[in-house]
Amino acid sequence: MVQERTLPTFQAISAKLDKQEGLRLYEDMVLGRYFEDKCAEMYYRGKMFGFVHLYNGQEAVSTGVIKSMRSDDYVCSTYRDHVHALSAGVSANAVMAELFGKETGCSKGRGGSMHMFSKEHNLLGGFAFIGEGIPVALGAAFQSRYRRDALGDTSADQVTAAFFGDGTTNNGQFFECLNMAVLWKLPILFVVENNKWAIGMAHERASSQTEIYRKASVFGMPGYEVDGMDVLAVREVAQAAVARARAGEGPTLIECLTYRFRGHSLADPDELRSQAEKDEWQARDPLVRLEAYLIEQNLADDAELKAIKKRLEAHIEDAVKFAESSPEPSPDELHRYIFAED
Amino acid sequence: MAETLLFNALREAVDEEMGRDETVFVLGEDVGHYGGSYKVTKGLYEKYGPLRVLDTPIAENSFTGMAVGAAMTGLRPIVEGMNMGFLLLAFNQIANNAGMLPYTSGGNYHIPMVIRGPGGVGRQLGAEHSQRLEAYFQAVPGLKIVACSTPYNAKGLLKSAIRDKNPVLFFEHVLLYNLKEDLPSDEYLVPLDKADVVRSGKDVTILTYSRMRHHVLQAVKGIEAQGFDPEVIDLISLKPIDYDTIGASIRKTHRVIIVEECMRTGGIAAEIIASINDRFFDELDAPVMRLSSQDIPTPYNGRLESLTIVQPKQIVEAVEKMMMAQV
Ligand SMILES: Cc1ncc(C[n+]2csc(CCOP(=O)(O)OP(=O)(O)O)c2C)c(N)n1
Ligand SMILES: [Mg+2]
Repeated sequence: MVQERTLPTFQAISAKLDKQEGLRLYEDMVLGRYFEDKCAEMYYRGKMFGFVHLYNGQEAVSTGVIKSMRSDDYVCSTYRDHVHALSAGVSANAVMAELFGKETGCSKGRGGSMHMFSKEHNLLGGFAFIGEGIPVALGAAFQSRYRRDALGDTSADQVTAAFFGDGTTNNGQFFECLNMAVLWKLPILFVVENNKWAIGMAHERASSQTEIYRKASVFGMPGYEVDGMDVLAVREVAQAAVARARAGEGPTLIECLTYRFRGHSLADPDELRSQAEKDEWQARDPLVRLEAYLIEQNLADDAELKAIKKRLEAHIEDAVKFAESSPEPSPDELHRYIFAED
Repeated sequence: MAETLLFNALREAVDEEMGRDETVFVLGEDVGHYGGSYKVTKGLYEKYGPLRVLDTPIAENSFTGMAVGAAMTGLRPIVEGMNMGFLLLAFNQIANNAGMLPYTSGGNYHIPMVIRGPGGVGRQLGAEHSQRLEAYFQAVPGLKIVACSTPYNAKGLLKSAIRDKNPVLFFEHVLLYNLKEDLPSDEYLVPLDKADVVRSGKDVTILTYSRMRHHVLQAVKGIEAQGFDPEVIDLISLKPIDYDTIGASIRKTHRVIIVEECMRTGGIAAEIIASINDRFFDELDAPVMRLSSQDIPTPYNGRLESLTIVQPKQIVEAVEKMMMAQV
C-alpha cells in the first residue's frame, strides 16, 4: 500500500457552528448515507438496474460544499450523483423514483442513476461520461457572469460547483476549463473528490503529479487541499471559495481527500483495494466524526441524534414506498422530450 | 434590396438576432478580434463587446460543452466552428449533451443553441479540412441539422436557428461564402423544416442540398437539352427531413435521384432512400438512384479531388439513364 498523504489539519474548534447549522449538516450527511445504503439493498433486490455508484464515505464533500451555497446556485455532478442531488434539495422521493425508473423521478425515469437532473434545484446533471460535466458547469458560471457584466443584472451573483473525481483530472476538459475559468474570472468551484481510485486505477498510477490542488497554481488559480472526511474542514474552504466567486474574484480548485467505502459501483467486486487501506479510511468516517464533534461541543446529545436518524430512516422508507407505488412512464410518451415543448 | 455576399448574409443574421435578443452570444476561435475565419462575425466584437462575442482558446470540446451549460441556464449561444471538422473534438458534447440531454433529463432542460461553420469539400484543402460530416451527426437524437445554400436562405435560416429552442447544427459550405444575391431589406425568416422546391418539373425529382444544389442547377440545362423536365428540391433540413415536400414531388414524378456531397456509406441519401421505400414505394416507377461522393478521405490532388465529388455531367447522365430505362 502506498503511503497515505498527510491530511491537512483543521482546528474544528475554529468552525463557527451553532446548533441549528450543526444539525443541518448532520441531517444532510445522514440522509446521504442512509439513502445510499437503501439503494444497495434495492439494487440487490432487483428494484433498480444498471450501473449504480454509491457515495458512502464521501458525504462530507457534498454536504460541506453544497450546504455552503445558496439554493439559487448551480450544482454539477457525475454518475455518482444521488447524494449531490439530495444536498442540492432534490427530494429523496424524486431521486429514489428515478432509480426505480418511474415517471415521478427527477428525470421522469428517462435518466436513471447516472443522470439525475432538476432544473428547479439548479442541478445541471447527472453526467455519465468522465469530465463532460465540467464544461457544462463552466457554461452555467459563464451565464452568471454574462448576466452580471453583459446584461447589467447586479443580482446575478450565482456560483456554480462542479464535482468530479481524481481520475477525471487527467482528462483534457479539466485543464481546458481551469484555463477558461481563470481567463474569464468565472464564479465556479472545481471540487475534486480524490478518493484515490478511478475504478481499478490507483491515482498514483494515473497522475504524474498526484497532488491535484497544485495544478491550480499553473493557471493562477487558488488551489486547496482539504480533509474530505471532515465536513467542517470542507465547509470552511468552500465558504471562502463561494465568497470569492460571488464577489467576482474568480474560480477556486478544492481537492478533497476522501474515500469511498464501497466498490466503484454495485457491480464492482472491489478486489484491488487493500483491507489495511479500507480500515484506515473507515476509521475516519465523516459521519462518526461529526457526531462526536456535535456531542463534544454540546451542540446535540445522543438522543437527539438518534431521533434524527430514526426520522430519516423512516423518510427513506417512505421514498421507497413512493417510488414503488409511482407509475411507470407511459409508452405513449416514448418520444416525448426529444425536442423542446412550448 | 441589397446585393449581399453569403458570409455577409450570415453576419447580418447574427447581428440582427443579437440586437433583438440580448441572451444571444457568439463564441469560438477567432470570432472576436479577428472577425471570424470567414468574416461572419466581423465588426460584432466592436459592437457587442468581449462577452457577447467571446474569443475562446482552442478547446473545442470544452467551449462547446460550455455553450451547452450556458444554453441550459437561459442563454442562446452560437458556437462557431472555425471549420466544422474541428468539432469532431466536440462530438461528445454535441451528441451526449446538446443532443441527448433534453431527453435524458426528462424535459428538465432544453438547449437552444446553434453550432455553425464551414463544412464540405473545399478546393484542395486536404482531407481534414474537406469533411462531409452531416452524415456522422444525423443519427444523434435531439439534433436538428440544416444546410444553407444561398445568401437568402443562409440569412433566414440562421435567424430561425437562433430562435429555435433546440440545438441546431448549421452547415455552411466553404465554397459558397462568396455567392451574391439581392436580399430583401425587410426582415424575413426561413423555416428550418421546409425543403425548397427550386425548380418545378414533372419527370424526375432531384433531391440535393448545400453546394450540390448549384451542381444540380448547372446540370439542369443539360437535362433540359435531353428533353427532360426535372424537379429540383433543396432539402435544407437534413434532420428532420421534409417528407411532405418530397412525397408531393414523388407523387408527381415517380422517380427520384439524390445528389449529395457526403459519402455514400451511411450517407444522407442512404437514409432518404430507406424512408422513401417505407413511405412511397408504391409511387415509384424506378429504384431511387443516388450520386454521392466517394468513400475516401478527400485527396489533395485537384484531379482526384474533383473525381471524389459529384460533377454536373454525372447528374445529366444519371437522369438520362433513369429516363431511358423507362421507355
Ligand atoms: C469518457 C469516459 N471514459 C470512461 C468511463 C468509465 N468510467 C466510469 S467511472 C471511471 C473512473 C472515474 O474515476 P474518478 O474520476 O476518480 O471518479 P470516482 O469514480 O472515483 O468518483 C471510469 C473510467 C466513463 N464513464 N467515461
Ligand atoms: Mg476516484
